[in-house]
Order: sequence, then structure tokens, then C-alpha cells
Amino acid sequence: MSRTIYDLIGLFAGVCFILALKGLSHPKTARRGNKIGAIGATIATLVVFFYANEGSSLPLNNLGWILGAIAVGALVGVPAARKVQMTQMPQLVALFNGVGGGAAALVAIVEYLHLGDTATTAEVIFTVFTVIVGCVSFSGSVITFMKLQELMTTRPVVFPGGRFVIAGTLAAVLGVAVWVVTALGTTPLLVLAALSLLFGVLFVLPVGGADVPIVISLLNAFTGLTVAASGYVLNSVLLIIAGTLVGASGTILTRLMAEAMGRSLFGTLFGAFTAKPQDTSGVAEDRPVRSGSPDDVAILLNYARRVVIVPGFGLAVAQAQHTVRELADLMISKGIDVAYGIHPVAGRMPGHMNVLLAEANVPYDQLLEMDEVNPTFGQTDVAIVIGANDVVNPAAQNTPGCPIYGMPILEVSNAANVIFLKRSMRPGFAGIENELLYDPKTMLLFGDAKASLTKVVSALKAL
Amino acid sequence: MSAVAIISIFTLAVFVGFEVVSKVSSTLHTPLMSGANAIHGVILVGAIIVADHSTTNLELGLAVAAIILATINMVGGFVVTDRMLEMFKGKK
Repeated sequence: MSRTIYDLIGLFAGVCFILALKGLSHPKTARRGNKIGAIGATIATLVVFFYANEGSSLPLNNLGWILGAIAVGALVGVPAARKVQMTQMPQLVALFNGVGGGAAALVAIVEYLHLGDTATTAEVIFTVFTVIVGCVSFSGSVITFMKLQELMTTRPVVFPGGRFVIAGTLAAVLGVAVWVVTALGTTPLLVLAALSLLFGVLFVLPVGGADVPIVISLLNAFTGLTVAASGYVLNSVLLIIAGTLVGASGTILTRLMAEAMGRSLFGTLFGAFTAKPQDTSGVAEDRPVRSGSPDDVAILLNYARRVVIVPGFGLAVAQAQHTVRELADLMISKGIDVAYGIHPVAGRMPGHMNVLLAEANVPYDQLLEMDEVNPTFGQTDVAIVIGANDVVNPAAQNTPGCPIYGMPILEVSNAANVIFLKRSMRPGFAGIENELLYDPKTMLLFGDAKASLTKVVSALKAL
Repeated sequence: MSAVAIISIFTLAVFVGFEVVSKVSSTLHTPLMSGANAIHGVILVGAIIVADHSTTNLELGLAVAAIILATINMVGGFVVTDRMLEMFKGKK
């Protein structure tokens, strides 16, 4: 196959990726968009086997190793993607992103070893960039995975003098980068990789719960840029196009997500450098709360005219989406006006709740976005908050300085009654106390969301 | 390829990337991120190229590791995105 045809097929795959991203931006075309992307990626991969690079011949060298490695990767990736539960998708995406960054860094290292003294300065600079950013993306993603999987604390990890350690590590990374470019050689490059891995860890540790999805999106954009840089070194138009597309769209997406959460992108990114140890002791938690039984909740619902259901991560954990739909249908059959108030970032990821409720076939028109539902809480008799906390926490509006201050929330406190279905008094993902729990018009129903909802459903049926 | 050609491709791709996702409902943020994540799995192509011209065991070992990681990224990424979007079917 000639170089021209090879590059044209690469261009075709690049166009597939553009159409994929465009398709993924609209609900109607999203699934088709993803398939177009998969087709583009498959074509791009297949065509490599039919083109001999300079100084090489077909079939490819090490063909057995290559095919074997692809088989291993597919055997790991596909079952992981198939079996993962809806609640764990965010961390899986983080992990997939991390291994992509790791792959880019490895490709850069191998190419560097291969080129040896023949590498041009530009190639070395791009190699250094790929190794740094790819390693940061890899280790950073592993930390976000551990945070979301709750293998470690979800709160910001800040230690005294931490920002000096981080700034020092960054300075060391840049220093070694200059060393690699000027001195060349394998040892400096491996030192660079190790320091970059360390920096990735330090960069993500101070990021608190609610900001984790934004960081995943950012690391995703980073990985895209490393792929583009590899494209330069490997002389591949396709990698340049695909990597740049992901880098650019990922940056915009990161900004959109930060806006949806009312977070400052700058604050999230440079939190590592500015974070100070927080006073996490908080207020004493001995204040009285009003907890109720499933019967109390059922009675409250039975005499309501309008009920708004506010789902959160607890709903996802308990897999209670079908039960909540059962409750909603029962209320509707009793003539109660029911709507779901969906916070854009309820759960662990934007859109998490929509996906979950769609699985239970909740009618689309019952799902109201934040801007639609907020003005209606004044006419709402009961707001049922199921396993959500931070997204209804009034602290976001009235406590300047708290980590979620400025995030738009669902104003459930305007409803006549608020019911919280919670597992415990533990604060939400952001680790902030919620004043609303102590409000006299709030009733708490403790327990697993699914078990609680099932009891409420049978209590309501009996009325 | 000339440096100017590469810079041109890069610059145009940046603008295309900005444009295609400028208006996205928050419902689709997660699938879109996941889809973009799968797309950068094409680093697999790069991993195969370096495996092809690996001459030492060290190079080949690292290249094989890169292929495994890149395949997980690409194949897993598209499958998990499809699973997320499966939930949207039958919608208006």
C-alpha cells in the first residue's frame, strides 16, 4: 500500500472521529456517533497491518506479539466494560483514560530508545512532552479511580507544606525535561517518567470529591494531546488529528462540566498549589433530627398534591431505580403530581441519574432539569431526597468558603416538607454537613434506599 | 511532512474539536467524555508501529505493554460508552 493511500485512510478515520464527537453531542444521534467512532478506530487499526513503514516490510515484524497483545487487551477491556455496574462507570472511564495515557508514554519511550542519537530536537521535545503528560495522566487517573472506588478517602488530601512539595516536584520535572533534551540518554528519560508519575499523584490528591469528575475530564484531554504529540514523532496524520480533537473537545467539555457544577476550573486545576489543610472537625453532630417510619412517609405522600423526587448517588448504589419508579407510578395513580428533579451532577458524574432512571423506563417528560424544577418547589408539598446530599445542601448558597459554595443546587428547602432517605448521618461526597437535615420540616428515613422505598410503597398501597 | 503542514493540521483540528462539542446537554457529558476517551485509544496504532520496528527485547516488551494498554482503552472505551447510551434508546 502506498503512503498516499495509507494517509488518506487515516484521514477517513479522522473524519469518523469528528462525526463521532458531533453525534455524541446530541441525545438522538449519540449511540450512532459512538459506533461511527468505533468503526473509525477499527479501520485505523486494520490498515496499519497493510502498510510497511520505511525500512520495514510486510508482514509486520513481531506480528505474533502484536496480535497476542491486542487479544490480551480485548480480553481485559471488553468484560470489564460489559460487567461494570452503572454506579462504577465513572471510575472505569477514569481507568481506561489512565491506561491510554500510560500507553502513549510507553510508545514515546520505545520510539526514543529506537531513534537513539538520530532523534531531532523537535522529536525529543515532543517525546518529553508525551512522557510527562502521559505519566501524569496515568498516575492521576489511578488516584481518581481509587477515590471514586472509595479505596481511599474521597476528601481532599492535604498535608502541611504540601504545596511546596508539589511545586518542587513540578520544578524537578521541568528541570529533568531540560536535561533530557540537552543530554539525551535513557536514564534521564526514565527519571523523568518516575518524577511525572509522582507529580500526577500529588496533583490529584488535594482534589476533593465533587471535583473528581472534572479532573477525569481534564486528564482525558491531556491524554488526547499526548496522542497528538506521538503522531508528530511517528509521522502519523491520523494520530495528530485524533489526539488534537480529543484534546480540544476534552478541554471544552471540562469547562462545561465545571460550569454545570458551579466550580472554577482554575480553582480545581491549581487547587493543588493553593490548598490549605481544612478544618474538617465541623460542628458537633449531636443535634436532634426528626426521623420517621415508612408509614409516616406514606401518609405524608398520600395527602400531597405535588411531589418532587430528587435522586442521588444513594439511589444508584442501592439499584433502587425500579422501586422509585414503582413509587412514582403508585402516586400518579392516586392523582398526585409527580416529577423528578435532576441535578446536572447528581451521582458521581453529570448525567448519571438520567442514565439510571432511563434504565427503569421512567418517562422522559417526568425528568425535570434544575432550572425547570427549582421555581416549582414553592408549590411542592413533599420533596423526597433519595441518597442525595451535596446537590441539595443550602450551604452552597449561604456558607461562603465551604467547598461547594457557589454550586447551583436544587432548592428543596422551599418545599413544604422534605424527606431524606439516607443510609446514615454521614455527610455527602464533598464531606460537608447539611443544615437541612436538622430543619424542623425535614423527616429522615434511615436505611438502604431500595429497602426503604419498598416499605414506603407497601405502606402507601395499604392506605 | 513539513512543520507548517503539521501545525496547520493541529490548528484546524483544535478549532473543529472546540466547535463540535460547544453545546452539549449535561445529560451527555459523561458519555461524551467516555467516547472521546475511547477515541484516544487509537494510540494503539502508534503502539503497533513501534512494536513493528522494535529491535531489542526491552523495546518489544514495552511496546507489547503499550499495545495491551491501548487496546483496553480503545475497545473497553467504546463498549462502555455504548452501554451508557443503550439506556437512552426508545427516547424521543
